[in-house]
Amino acid sequence: MAEEFEPRIVAFLCRWCSYTGADLAGTSRIKYPANVVPIKVMCSGRVDPTFILKSFADGADGVLVCGCHPGDCHYNEGNYNMQKRVPMIKDMLKGFGIEGERFRLDWVSAAEGDKFAEVVTEMTDEVRKLGPLNWKEIKEAVK
Amino acid sequence: MSEPRIGVYVCHCGTNISQTVDIADVCGFSKTLANVALVKEYKYMCSDPGQETIKVDVEKNKLTHIVVSSCSPLMHEGTFRGAVENAGLNEYLFQMANIREHVSWVTEDKIKATEKAKKLIAAAVRRVVKHQPLKPTEVDINPDTVVIGGGIAGIEAALTIANAGKKVYLVEKDSTIGGHMAKFDKTFPTLDCAACILTPKMVSIAQNRNIELMTLSEVEEIKGFVGNFTVKIRKKARYVDEELCTGCGDCEKFCPVKNVPNEFEENLSNKKAIYRAFPQAVPAVYAIDMAYCKRCGVCVKKCGKNAINLDAKDEVLEVRAGNIIVATGYDLYDNKKYLEKYGYNTYENVLTSLEFERYTHASGPTGGKVVKKDGTEPEAVAILHCVGSRDVNANEHCSRICCMQSLKFGHLVKEKVPGAEVYNLYIDIRAFGKGYEEFYKRCIHEDIHFIRGKGAEVIDTALTKDEQGKLIIKVEDTLLGEIRRIPVDMVILSIGMEPSKSASRIASSLSLSRSKDGFFLEKHPKLAPVATATDGIYVAGAAQGPKDIPDTVAQANAAAGAVLSIINKGRVLLESVTSTVESSKCAGCKLCISVCPYQAIEFSDEDKASRIIEAMCKGCGTCVAVCPSGAITQKGYLDGQIFEEIEGILQKV
Amino acid sequence: MAEKKKLNLAIYWAGACGGCDVSILDTDEKILDIAAAADIKFWPIAMDYKVSDVEALKDNELDVTLFNGAVRNSEQLHLAQLLRKKSKILISYGSCAYLGGIPGLANFSNKEAILERVYKTSESVETNGGAVYPSPKSKVPEGEVEIPELHDYVKALHQVVDVDYFLPGCPPTTDLINLAVNAIITGKLPPKGAVIAADKNLCDSCKRKKTEEKSVKRFYRPHEIIPDNERCLLEQGILCMGPATRGGCGARCIEANMPCRGCFGPAPGVEDMGAKMLAAAASVIDARTPEEAASITATLPDVAGTFYRFNLPVSLLRRAK
Repeated sequence: MAEEFEPRIVAFLCRWCSYTGADLAGTSRIKYPANVVPIKVMCSGRVDPTFILKSFADGADGVLVCGCHPGDCHYNEGNYNMQKRVPMIKDMLKGFGIEGERFRLDWVSAAEGDKFAEVVTEMTDEVRKLGPLNWKEIKEAVK
Repeated sequence: MSEPRIGVYVCHCGTNISQTVDIADVCGFSKTLANVALVKEYKYMCSDPGQETIKVDVEKNKLTHIVVSSCSPLMHEGTFRGAVENAGLNEYLFQMANIREHVSWVTEDKIKATEKAKKLIAAAVRRVVKHQPLKPTEVDINPDTVVIGGGIAGIEAALTIANAGKKVYLVEKDSTIGGHMAKFDKTFPTLDCAACILTPKMVSIAQNRNIELMTLSEVEEIKGFVGNFTVKIRKKARYVDEELCTGCGDCEKFCPVKNVPNEFEENLSNKKAIYRAFPQAVPAVYAIDMAYCKRCGVCVKKCGKNAINLDAKDEVLEVRAGNIIVATGYDLYDNKKYLEKYGYNTYENVLTSLEFERYTHASGPTGGKVVKKDGTEPEAVAILHCVGSRDVNANEHCSRICCMQSLKFGHLVKEKVPGAEVYNLYIDIRAFGKGYEEFYKRCIHEDIHFIRGKGAEVIDTALTKDEQGKLIIKVEDTLLGEIRRIPVDMVILSIGMEPSKSASRIASSLSLSRSKDGFFLEKHPKLAPVATATDGIYVAGAAQGPKDIPDTVAQANAAAGAVLSIINKGRVLLESVTSTVESSKCAGCKLCISVCPYQAIEFSDEDKASRIIEAMCKGCGTCVAVCPSGAITQKGYLDGQIFEEIEGILQKV
Repeated sequence: MAEKKKLNLAIYWAGACGGCDVSILDTDEKILDIAAAADIKFWPIAMDYKVSDVEALKDNELDVTLFNGAVRNSEQLHLAQLLRKKSKILISYGSCAYLGGIPGLANFSNKEAILERVYKTSESVETNGGAVYPSPKSKVPEGEVEIPELHDYVKALHQVVDVDYFLPGCPPTTDLINLAVNAIITGKLPPKGAVIAADKNLCDSCKRKKTEEKSVKRFYRPHEIIPDNERCLLEQGILCMGPATRGGCGARCIEANMPCRGCFGPAPGVEDMGAKMLAAAASVIDARTPEEAASITATLPDVAGTFYRFNLPVSLLRRAK
């Protein structure tokens, strides 16, 4: 049997809640799949949709964004801004033939190490089921 | 500029990292990365020799950028930035790869852990090349402090700071300071009277020139950052002028409205519409409960000082402060449905712990007598531990005070009603503090019955003659291994602590995180127990988690010490993550202005471009994401830096 | 006075609608300046030229080539490469050459699906039991005929050959054409790679009033609302690409009460115009819950097609999976 597909997932974690929550998963020694690799941003509102598309363009099979729970944003409003982008991002990804499940926004507070591990595990399983993105190569005439 | 020469340091963290991540493999991989001039591994990078290595290597190998792959940047970024600066490089030419919290501690498979560590290092190495030297902004510290909450934590913190000669605004939502402690009679384990130790401190608050006490006041909004907060406080109308009122009590004597529930007495008695919570209240002045006042005007006429104004209005004040201490305390778990099974609100002789505190208090509703509602003394009293605590159906946490308070209650019953049988129904006795175990022993010798088992329910259906007219507690005695029925005359529920009802409001106006149990989240559970994630905001006492008085006072002093340390320094460095608009690119769509939560962006008609007021920008970066012209950049989080991280994570390892 | 040597000019259309060629005629009397300054060596839409005419030219014999249209088949690629070789200056003319343009939207589909639609399932096709797909070489009684081979994806001109300048627009405006022509005639050329347009996005030249409060409860397509003439269209819920689109067009659509469709492409330095517009458009939505955001987004009929209307082939992902 072929080796199990290991999805590559990029996560953008806000510094205040979700990155801290991911740290807590660590200090609590909660185990979760190594497929999700995080990038720290100050706020989920900083997650430019460009980052998401760039991740997919560079070979990610999934993109996860985590921020503070609504109402708990360290910057009051940033996570609401990210939340507003989600339906458009999903629509846009659909246009590119990318399944909605490959992009996920979730809320992980600084106290939710267990939830972070859960979200990562779920997302990894889901993307694994979807399989690799398998972009058809663009043959370059120049460069 | 010459080619970057990056030094990569891989930390073992003892065996915390090295037992899961193949350090040699990671180092070998790091050597293959572009611009890497040096790769080293070390047992403890954060130690002095570890930091010293960086310094030596920078000089010897002409390193230009440093990557340390070790623990979380939230843990040691400051440490290594210091080391990098010591080595003569700008502290921002540095990046951490978190291969402990995000890799070795959370990954079972060693190969996968090693791979993930490589990805994070590749991302950090690529990112750091794009780092620019930055200078943290230095700002002055306003030496004034706002303390929110006037319980023992707030009182202690305020006094410590004020006694150091610094101004404190003490904001209390009730009409008096004192908090829960003011309601207690005796305190465990020493049994000294709460009033004897608390009221002198309350009086000191009133007398201290450096303290501006604001009662009936609530913090509505906080703006700014460490050293420079603006705090909006709503001072609710008291209807009695605090300056003029002498506390003579004439108004109260003549007030015709007598049926106002007395919250200070846990509603066990009534007060008048014009009231003073208790005789030693601070400030020692009256207030009117407008929900009950009939506006008859008798008090206005009777007041010799002309201090009463029934048309007084709330005031909203703004104070400036450099630091804030949150000491908003706790409330008792009060889920009605849950408490019903213990007969609370059904049987009149089932009391909460705070109600019983008032029963034992000399100036309480019973004058300090332990009596049933009918005025007779109980023959048997049961004290139920862990009501609403250590219970998946209520709060999972241990409230830390219940055991000791229950022991105290048992002792007080024995003292006031000699010969009464006292039962303590407990899950475990947690007598962990100084003198606590000794107090427990003392209670055992006082012939108090200890039954290991959590009270299941309180009923009044008698099965035997002995149970007639009694309250019966059903409990599984886990030492005997049987269900018991214990008939008593009075039940005291030792109810657990929850965050104060105001906690969620405070959390949102101060942008504070809360832990799962709802208490405010400290910056670090061990090393920064009174700091929060927001610089300049501290937390003390039961607002941070269930705590007894000694721990609360210790924490209050710790918070005060932390504040004084900043005030004493006078200036503080702010992280440089603010955003900037490149006016030659800004087209003036004003989207950035509409998303900025801090009104930190204004539109300059002269430049035809938006402009960010740096002191007001907190660096969330939302405007950067939203700017469709790509005209806004965020220091430390440039698009280009994040692109490099994405590429690093996704490169083949 | 010795007559200045005339410039050798070529104009070519690849995957395009012909609008760009018309835009050159649209310069009215200025066309005479062009005619005075240049000998037209190759302009298939206007006169009869053969590829062999171009092949016969010496390398760099053409001073300037205006190349419009996207590149999707072997013939377009061949002409792009050929004209590059023969031209001193190659200008990517119009949105299709610059960004991929409207034909670039085909990258949301794929070659196979397109052929199937056109030659099999289209309502106007009679398949008589089996669809006939074009093949590059086919035998006919007269011998073998060759037609260009369709490539997998649409590309912008600079994605297949080196380009000197870019002149955006669908089609480029007369003002910008004149600007470019004057620069060529006078020899005052911008640095290589320059986009001949404004450096700031369209909002800069749009006269509509923009406020700091944006709260859109639903989006409208232009025919669904009569917009306020004075107010920012995006703030009124009309999806105007202006905030994310390079200016220089003179804001002509906006002045005609029509939203910008984005034909001038992204601001300088922006990696992905669609992503940028997405963040901008989402930010004006007045939504506190995911459900509210979803229902407002649902009033935008085609998010991907709208945000990438002209620029899909130069976006980060470039094509659908």
